[in-house]
Amino acid sequence: MGKGISLRVRKFGILSSTAMFFSAGLALPATAEQVLRIAMTASDIPITTGAPDNGYEGLRSTGYTIYDGLVSWDLSRADELADIRPGLATSWRQDEDDATRWIFELREGVQFHDGSTFDADAAIWNLERYYDPDSPQYEDQGAAQAQARVPLVDSFEKIDDMTIAINTTRPASYFPYMLTYVLFSSPARFEEVGGSWSAFAENPSGTGPFRLTDFQTRQSVELSRNEDYWDPERVPKLDRLILYPMPESTTRLAALRSGQVDWIEVPPPDAVPSLEGLGFQITTSSYPHVWPWALNLQDQDSPFQDVRVRQAINYCIDREGLSSLLNNVAEPSYGIFKPGEDLFGEPENRYSFDPDKSRELLAEAGYGPDDRIDMTVMITASGSGQMTPIPMNEFLQDTVSQCGFDVEFEQVEWGSMLVALRNEPMSDMAFGVDAMNMSLPPSTDVSQMALYFYGQNLAPNGRNWSHWVNEDFDALIDELEVSRDPEEVTRLGAEAHAILVDDAPWVFIVHDLNARAMTSSVQGFVSAQSWFQDFTPVYMED
Amino acid sequence: MIAFAIRRILYAIPILIGVSLFVFILIRLVPGDVVDILIPPEAPRRVAEDLRARFGLDQPVYIQYFTWLQRILMGDFGISAFNNRPVALDLFVSLGNTALIAVPAAIIGFTLGSILGTLAAFFRGSWLDTIFSSIAIAGVSLPHYWVGIVLVAIFSAGYNLLPAQGMAPGGFPTTWQQVTHLILPVATLSLIPMGVISRLVRANVLEILSQEFVPALHGKGLLNRGVLVHIIHNAAPPALALMGLQLGYLLGGSILVEAVFNWPGSGTLMQLAIFRRDIPVLSATILVLAAIFVLLNILVDIMQAYIDPRMRR
Repeated sequence: MGKGISLRVRKFGILSSTAMFFSAGLALPATAEQVLRIAMTASDIPITTGAPDNGYEGLRSTGYTIYDGLVSWDLSRADELADIRPGLATSWRQDEDDATRWIFELREGVQFHDGSTFDADAAIWNLERYYDPDSPQYEDQGAAQAQARVPLVDSFEKIDDMTIAINTTRPASYFPYMLTYVLFSSPARFEEVGGSWSAFAENPSGTGPFRLTDFQTRQSVELSRNEDYWDPERVPKLDRLILYPMPESTTRLAALRSGQVDWIEVPPPDAVPSLEGLGFQITTSSYPHVWPWALNLQDQDSPFQDVRVRQAINYCIDREGLSSLLNNVAEPSYGIFKPGEDLFGEPENRYSFDPDKSRELLAEAGYGPDDRIDMTVMITASGSGQMTPIPMNEFLQDTVSQCGFDVEFEQVEWGSMLVALRNEPMSDMAFGVDAMNMSLPPSTDVSQMALYFYGQNLAPNGRNWSHWVNEDFDALIDELEVSRDPEEVTRLGAEAHAILVDDAPWVFIVHDLNARAMTSSVQGFVSAQSWFQDFTPVYMED
Repeated sequence: MIAFAIRRILYAIPILIGVSLFVFILIRLVPGDVVDILIPPEAPRRVAEDLRARFGLDQPVYIQYFTWLQRILMGDFGISAFNNRPVALDLFVSLGNTALIAVPAAIIGFTLGSILGTLAAFFRGSWLDTIFSSIAIAGVSLPHYWVGIVLVAIFSAGYNLLPAQGMAPGGFPTTWQQVTHLILPVATLSLIPMGVISRLVRANVLEILSQEFVPALHGKGLLNRGVLVHIIHNAAPPALALMGLQLGYLLGGSILVEAVFNWPGSGTLMQLAIFRRDIPVLSATILVLAAIFVLLNILVDIMQAYIDPRMRR
């Protein structure tokens, strides 16, 4: 039971015995068993076949816990951005003569939870599941996830029992980063359950540090320690990890305060001070995860076609004020990467909150007090990673008004925004808005920048919803894709990012710090600078 | 009486077909489809189109409708487009979960509402009437999801007496610990039926009290208890009809109350299906709920007709 709860029980004196009586069985018993109960923000349990839905929260909860990829995220440090490390592949290299050919040396001695062996045959079988529509194990939902996140896979082959090759459609130096999103399931278990992915979902088998031991539809999923995990340093300290889908933030908060769970994702920002006062731990992780207004640049009549207008609105965002309003569960964003990181580069514009400069830029562009800019922003009331969009957007509406922007909102439900994101900004699905407020997935590496801004990735065929095309930026992306030198990739990425900041296709607002609240019993958690987190070092202390 | 019941059941068939058609058309007015929600935006178009074909979304709407109707008539509710689980499994489990809180809430609401309404009418104009009527109006007027949040804030987050959310593992509650999970949602859900039944019963009893047969019964020497039986006999049919509607609403699952308590019932199932554009789940859920609603009303009609022979005409 958390410190805060203990304090309250003392405070209410005589009620304590009643409280303890009624809550028996709800709170974690003080036994040797190590059980961590987490309330997720997802509205359902993410699919457990190794190709989870529910976005990146699915990968964090039922993805990287039960499964591994060839390449993994290194989530062991809190003091630097999470980078990649060997997973089911111990090493990889680009073919010396062909930059589109990647060779992966597989890890020896890895077993799936069912006892079958991971080798080149199992790896190829999984790649066929995602990329070969003619294979019996092809799964269109999983394929859609994999092909969306790793669209560059062209072909693959077994070289020997522990070596495979993957060929890409074009050279891409960041290809290993993309492979973190492709997870490997057991062919033996798939056969055992009759070749059905829905049957596999109920009895899954991966190579990950946890194995699934209980599944209550729409209520909870229980993962237990995999004692035989191939990485002895990452054998979980917990006996069991129980995940609950709990989309309502107030419900998560009540569940934490009443001792039903030990850890909640995304506590309501206004509850953070009181939680801290009651002795709960609040953790945040600072990494690139932008909450922006993505501008519609496909509209040729938009005032935002003028870069000065785009810069003007970026100079009229009170990022510090907004972060403060959110009790610092967010921090200012001046680009998609953060100042101080190698990839941030040296943009000419450092967007401080400077209404005078904003008005000057607007005046240069032909706008002023008598000719204000009307704009409509698509927002939601909630949704994965959207933080608390209504008060945040109202704050921004008020702030940018003083510079000459009159903002109206087109409020839609989350599903409708996903549909709009899939289509062009001038399609009917976008309701003619000038910008979309969608929190976008974590962008800790250069591949994510290419995904959202490269000129060939325009919606509806890619994630460049804004339809921003900059030849200099694209040329740098082309150059870094074929580079084999990591330092050069970083240098070129930084130059590209500087162009992105100066040309401002988005209004950069804040980075989500991914706040979590947990009882003081939760120990050992390393808040990695990433959307993803490692549950293996966590343990419970009375 | 049997002819009356058969007639009512036959009326239900066009109603259910109408409901299913309406739902099928309505969900297509919402932007996008299940594939838009299911897969990331940058998934290749070919993959998206393959998925649409697998779900039959590439067919004209009327073919999709008749295919679905044909399956339903054969007892096949289909497969969820989102998680590949049989719709029937999720649907009936969810309905059972909702019934766990809806049925007790209806019983409590109906009983309390009837008692409060009758007492308020008998003591019309007195302070008791004021108190009972205020309780009833509060039950109708207060947003029940707000009441739920307040109850959680007091009894869970504040005093840690009851669970804040979720259903206890194990299905039907057999232990006190499992029952504790029911208390707050049932209390919240019972407010509305308690309020509306109380208001209706008060008005009906007042009207009956003003009718000539009441003094006539007294004049014949009948004691108060005997008169009360006659009054209840006359006031019951409209209260029963309203209770049928209320129970139907409750079994439909209050989306907001189930969201507040994170209850895995039919309300949250429908909410998920709407957000995911999961047509098989949404269509089947609404059809089954409509069938339950119609069935409850038929039962109420029959009960009313049994109590009051004038209704059989």
